[in-house]
Parts: sequence; structure tokens; C-alpha cells
Amino acid sequence: MSDVSTPVVAARPRLQVAKLRDLALLPAILVLLVVGFIASPIFLTSGNLLNVVQQQSELGLVVLGEALVLIVGKMDLSLESTLGFAPALAMVLVLPTSENGLGLGLPEWTALPVCLLAGVAIGAVNAFLVLRLQLSGFIITLGMLITIRGLQQGLTVGQSLSSPNMPSLYYLGNAVWFGVHASIWIFLALFVIAIAFVGYFRHGRSLYAIGGNEAAAKAAGIRTTRVAAIVLIVASVLAALAGAMMVGHYGSITANQGSGWIFNAFAAAVLGGVSLNGGKGTLFGAMCGVLMLGLVQNILTLAHVNPYWLGAINGAIIIGALVLARLTTGKAQD
Amino acid sequence: MNAVEASNITKRFGQTVALNDVHITVADGETHALVGRNGAGKSTLVSMLTGLNRPDSGEITFRGEPAPALSDRQAWRTKVACVYQKSTIIPTLTVAENLFINRQNLDGGAVISWSRLRRKASDVLGEYGVDVDPNVEAATLTVEQRQLVEIARALSFGAKFIILDEPTAQLDGPAIERLFERMRSLRAAGVTFLFISHHLQEIFEICQTVTVFRDARHIVTSPVADLSKDQLVEAMTGEAVGLGAVASRPAVGSESVLDIRDLALGKHFSGIDLSVRRGEVVGIAGSASSGKVELGEVIVGLRKADAGTVAVSGKSLKPGSVPAALAGGVGFVPEDRHKEGFVPGLSIAENATFPIAGRLGRFGSISGRRRDQVAARMIDELAIKTSGPDQDVADLSGGNQQKVVMARALSSEPDLLVLMDPTAGVDVKSKENLLDAVDRAAAAGAAVLVISDELDDLRPCDRVLVMFHGSVAGEFPAGWTDNELVSVIEGIGESSGE
Ligand SMILES: Nc1ncnc2c1ncn2[C@@H]1O[C@H](COP(=O)(O)OP(=O)(O)OP(=O)(O)O)[C@@H](O)[C@H]1O
Ligand SMILES: [Mg+2]
Repeated sequence: MSDVSTPVVAARPRLQVAKLRDLALLPAILVLLVVGFIASPIFLTSGNLLNVVQQQSELGLVVLGEALVLIVGKMDLSLESTLGFAPALAMVLVLPTSENGLGLGLPEWTALPVCLLAGVAIGAVNAFLVLRLQLSGFIITLGMLITIRGLQQGLTVGQSLSSPNMPSLYYLGNAVWFGVHASIWIFLALFVIAIAFVGYFRHGRSLYAIGGNEAAAKAAGIRTTRVAAIVLIVASVLAALAGAMMVGHYGSITANQGSGWIFNAFAAAVLGGVSLNGGKGTLFGAMCGVLMLGLVQNILTLAHVNPYWLGAINGAIIIGALVLARLTTGKAQD
Repeated sequence: MNAVEASNITKRFGQTVALNDVHITVADGETHALVGRNGAGKSTLVSMLTGLNRPDSGEITFRGEPAPALSDRQAWRTKVACVYQKSTIIPTLTVAENLFINRQNLDGGAVISWSRLRRKASDVLGEYGVDVDPNVEAATLTVEQRQLVEIARALSFGAKFIILDEPTAQLDGPAIERLFERMRSLRAAGVTFLFISHHLQEIFEICQTVTVFRDARHIVTSPVADLSKDQLVEAMTGEAVGLGAVASRPAVGSESVLDIRDLALGKHFSGIDLSVRRGEVVGIAGSASSGKVELGEVIVGLRKADAGTVAVSGKSLKPGSVPAALAGGVGFVPEDRHKEGFVPGLSIAENATFPIAGRLGRFGSISGRRRDQVAARMIDELAIKTSGPDQDVADLSGGNQQKVVMARALSSEPDLLVLMDPTAGVDVKSKENLLDAVDRAAAAGAAVLVISDELDDLRPCDRVLVMFHGSVAGEFPAGWTDNELVSVIEGIGESSGE
């Protein structure tokens, strides 16, 4: 009886959807390049394009962190506050009161390590609240966003911080390596490392497993809580590093540095195909999302759009792009 | 040597005692059956034996060594492989990656070679006769394909001790046969199995020893050969086996409720015509590839047909719309209870009364008291084992979840009931309750379509249609013999009685 095996009809749907989805933003980026070329002759110069990448490098690190968090099935809204708080904390601990510091007199070289450690600490608090106490990631990290921003306001008395005497913290944001800004190298290197890690290593793949079905991942021998905690911490450290790069890039850190960034971070990730439900999307897609947002910004600036309207136009373009991405990939963004 | 020995295991979930001082010993090399009614505690024991959950008290040893620490997931994996009752396939990953989840590097170093992984996956799938493309996302698999992938994964893992928690509940006949052949050859190679199933004939077919749990307690452990089927049922239920009262329904009405004309859906089926009359119970049998489930899903609006019409009580249903089907008087039990059957996190009462929420109170409000009354009646009629109507459906045992899905389908007293594998995972005794409830619905004038390859589900039907590769291959009035039906299901017999 058993040798009469009726062939099970295998589902062979939409060829390699995942792969196509990865590349979904490339046409949009090409269109933007053409539009930019029409808008301004300097747009398609290597100087301008490198400038775009540098402008996006800080947001890029935040998007990288957020994408990892989303893939593992969690959410972290507090990254935008960590971005400002971590370098601000490092600066007030080092700077004298005359430069709006606390006058504690920590040696200058501690600034970058303190900045990154602040990221570790914030990520650990998030992980404790969300994973151990099982609180809702959305509302908790929203609370953290507000608390951390408030902490920065309190520490700096609402002042922006800058100092000519902190070369170590300023280094990453304005150094040039092999003729190209260090922040561009860092942005590209971190994405390449992360793409390789989640694409070709068992521990990296476990992020997708956890985001796709946490109970199943656990059954498969993955330490789901530990992996998720590490991801939350890494994301906060990336945001702190981005903050350090901003100090050097812009020369100062304002009291509401990074305000509103979380929308751009989510938009870039979702544009790149990362699912808010976890387990889906690629870091390459997220990187394309970041670059696309940068090109839009750049074109708007080159086209001399009235700065008072910039926010509205930028937001509308992102929403339009999300709609377009939904239509071209044919898949629901969830 | 014993592959596993668990003693004095107790586990509570709040008020519920899921395991009460139970013990089980599985000797090396045997295939050991664990049976019991829905909610007896079988799956809870499985979660203890695979390190997903800690017993409140008790001790577990593997070949004499104490069980690893709960946090050491890797150590547990070397002791035991498991097919859980609830799917552990990750829908967003490919089939290949699911097969080798958390060992994608194939013990070959740090970096994953995807081409090698895909090749190995093809080999494993081929070896187990699973005709699935390893490169597709697991989300696109049918319930049965998912189960097959899961089984292939557990068996190919190389573990010496394998637990299978109701692996056959979603499989058709030939697939079950293939599984058993595999299990026999692995047993010959020294592999030990703990096998859970509600199909008692399977216990007699491949197990040597059987342990019975009832109401969270250990009742008996005995060689299978020393027990008759009735004795087994008696141990499970605690009652002597009575003669199942032969249900007698009033004569089938003359007006037809369901009318299907020339229905077709892609490669699944085509040219289906079918009418079901008031009070009639019609069975649809067929293997996994017959298209019977897809037909059911088209009728209830889970899928959209390419051609043809579905009409209920003379009115055509809007294709591909579940709300339209529900409004048109359809109640249904879907194939995949976890996806379309219930909402985890909500109570039994809420889940069972979804279709009638609008009738439970005035102006869109819901009267909690009336809802609980309705739910309490359902719990009683369908023998749902629960601490009360407020219990979260996600905390019920698998078979009891299935009963809640059935309760939901019945709650609106629909004109047409479409039941896809309605008794999957339901114990022998509860099956009778479920089929009785179907009988009552039919007696009250509903037309019923039972889509299943369980002969027990099909036996009470007024007639049974057999589908084969997308079309109707035979029709049998009540009174068919198992052999004639099975041979048409498997495509080797002539259709008789047409
Ligand atoms: N997480 C939980 N919270 C509360 N109660 C639970 C939980 N898990 C299981 N239970 C209860 O424990 C009892 C045993 O459930 P279990 O899943 O072990 O039954 P089972 O024997 O596997 O039944 P089935 O044959 O239906 O699969 C049930 O009454 C169930 O409601
Ligand atoms: Mg169970």
C-alpha cells in the first residue's frame, strides 16, 4: 500500500522573493540619481555623493542597530536619545564647568570609552526591562527615549556642548583615512561585518530564527533571551558610536541632538524590507534605505527647497516611497 | 539501560495540576507509546523531557545521568530530538534552513555554506520522501508539509532518543506509512522512541510498550501485546467501553443549502460540482494532494477560486471573503487551527463566541454573563478540559484547542458547516462528542461537509465523495467498507457505487 506514493504537490511560489526584495530599492536609487542629475549639475560628482554617504553615516549606524533589533523581533525607540546622551555624558565628565561640564576632571582619553559604555548601560537597562521583566518594548523604550533625553537636558542644563580640547572624541567624526572620511569607512565596514554575520554565521542566523518564532528558536537550542539582550546592547552601542561621530562631524552636541531620528531610522529599515514583526528583511536592504533617504535630502537641498517646507516635503517623500516599495515588492509591510 | 527515566514528576500551572507525581521509564531501543485523553498531561511531560520547562518536583535522568541544566540548550539537544505537537517551523526562513536550524554550518566550521546546506536539505527531504522545494519560505507550506519537514528534521538529527508528539495527526495514510517504515529502520539501528498519538491502531502497529496517563496521573505501563484496544480505552477514560449509540438523524431535507458549480482553483482542483441538502452530512475524502482541503478553503472564503460559483441557501458568496461566508450562514473549522482557528491570548469564551458576538448584547455591547453561559454549554457538550470559560486558549492542550475551534464553528448555528480535519488531535472519547455535536447540528437542519481522511469522521456521513488529484474520483453512500474507500483515496481502486 505504501509504495503508491501520491506525489505531494509542492508549493513553488514566486521565485526567490527574498532575493528580489533585497534589490527592490536599487531602481528607486537609480531614479533618484537621474532626478538629482537633472536638479543640479554638481549632484553626480564624487565629492557630492561621498558627502551624502558621510551625512548618512551616523543615521546609518542607528539604522543598523534598529534593523538588528527589528529582525530579532523587538523594538528600540530610545536609540535617538542615546545618540545625544552618550557623547554628552562623556563630555560633561571631562569638561570643566567653564565649558558647561561638571568639572569632575576625568582625563580626556576616557571620553570615547565612556561614550560607548553609556551605550552598553542603556542597552542593558532596555534588555532588563523588556526581556527580564517582560514589559512592552514599545512603551518602555519610548519611556527610555524621554527619560534619556531628559537626563541629557539636566546634565547639560540645556546647553550645547563643544570644546577644542577633546581630540579623542572628535577624531572619528572628522578624520580622513585614505582620502575618505573615517565615518564613511566605519559606516561601510560595520554594515559589511553585520551583513556577513547575519548571513553566514550560525549565531547571526539565530536573530532571524528568534524573530520568526521565538518558541521554535528556543526549542532548536538557541538562547533566545541572551541573543536578544546582546542585540539590544549592540544597537545602543552603535547609537552611542554614531553620537561620537556626530560630535566630530558637527563640532558640537546640542541638547536635542537626534530628535526625530527614530522616524528616519524606522523608515529606512522598513523601506529596505525589514519587517516590524521580526524575522524578515536584510541589512543590505536597510543600508539601501539609508542611502536613499540621504539622496532625497541632498536633492532637496541642491534644488533650494524652502527650508521651512523641508520637513513636510521630506516626510511626504518618505511616505510616498513606503507606498511605492509596497507596490513594487507586492508584499505587505508588517 | 533506560534511555530516559522520569520519576515523581509534578507540574502545576496556577490552579491546574498538569502532572501529578507521574513516572515513566523508556527502555533503550523500544518504541514506547504515551496515551491519554486531551489534557492528560502528555505534552507537558514532553516539555519536561526536552528541557523546555522545569518540573515543580521530580527527577529526570538520561541513561542514568541527571538531566542537563535548563539553560544549557545545546546539551539537551544531544540527549533528545523532538517533534512537538505545536509547530516549531520558523515561517520566515526557508525549508532548508529550518531543517538545519541552529546548525546551519553543518559542523563544518564557522562560516555557513548555503549551497552545501541546500544540497544536504534536498538529500534529507528526498530520503524522507518529502516533495518540497528546500528553497521556498516555510510560510508557504501546507500544514502537512510543515509536519513532514519537522519529522524529517527530528529523525535526521542523529539523536538516539526521539520524542514524537502526535506526529500523525496531520498526515495522510501513505505519509504515515512512510513515517512508520523510517521509525522501524531507525529502531533497528538502536534508536529509542517515545510516541504520542490518539490513533490507537498506530500504537498496536509500531509500539512495544504503552504508558497511559489520565487526569495528570500515571495509570498503567504495560507491554502493548498484553492489552486489547478496549482495555486501552478503558485505562484512558476510566470507564468501561460502551456501545456507541448509533446516531439516527431525521431524513435529509429536499432543499439544497450548498451549491457548487464548476469550481476550479489552479493546480489544486477543477470542475467540481456539488450540492449538499438541509440535514445532510457529506464527507470528502482524499490524500493530501487531492485538493480536498483547498476546496474547503475556497468554500469558506479562505481562498479565491479561479472559476465557478459557491452558493449557500441560493445566494452566491463573494469569492475569497471569509466575512461574506460567515454572513452567508457558513461556520467552519479550518485546517490550521493555529493560523485561522483561534486567537491566542483571548479566553475560551471569547474565542468560541466570535461569530455571535453581535447577538450577545444590545447595541454592539457584549454581555459577559450571556457569553459565559454560551461558553459553559459548549465546554460541557464538547468535553473541553479547562479551568473555566475565562482560561486563555493558548494554555489549553492541543486537542482542547481543537474543540474550541469546533465550538466557534457551531456557535452561530450555521446553515452550512465546513469541517476540515475536525478531529485532528482529539482523543477517542472526545471524538464521539464532537461527532455527536455534528449530528445534532445536522438534525437541526444544517448541511455539513466533513473534509477528512479519518475513516471515523467519515463513517457517520450520508455519503462520501473521494477526491483524487483535483477531481471527484468516486462517491459512496453510507455503508462503505474501509478497503473500498481507501483504495480510491490512494488511487489504486476502481470507484464503485457510483
Ligand atoms: N502554559 C499553561 N498554562 C496553564 N495551563 C496549562 C499550560 N500548559 C498546559 N496546561 C494545562 O495542563 C493540562 C495538560 O496539558 P497537556 O498539553 O500536557 O495535555 P495533553 O495530554 O498533551 O493533551 P492533548 O492530547 O490535547 O495534546 C491541560 O489541562 C492544560 O490546560
Ligand atoms: Mg498534547
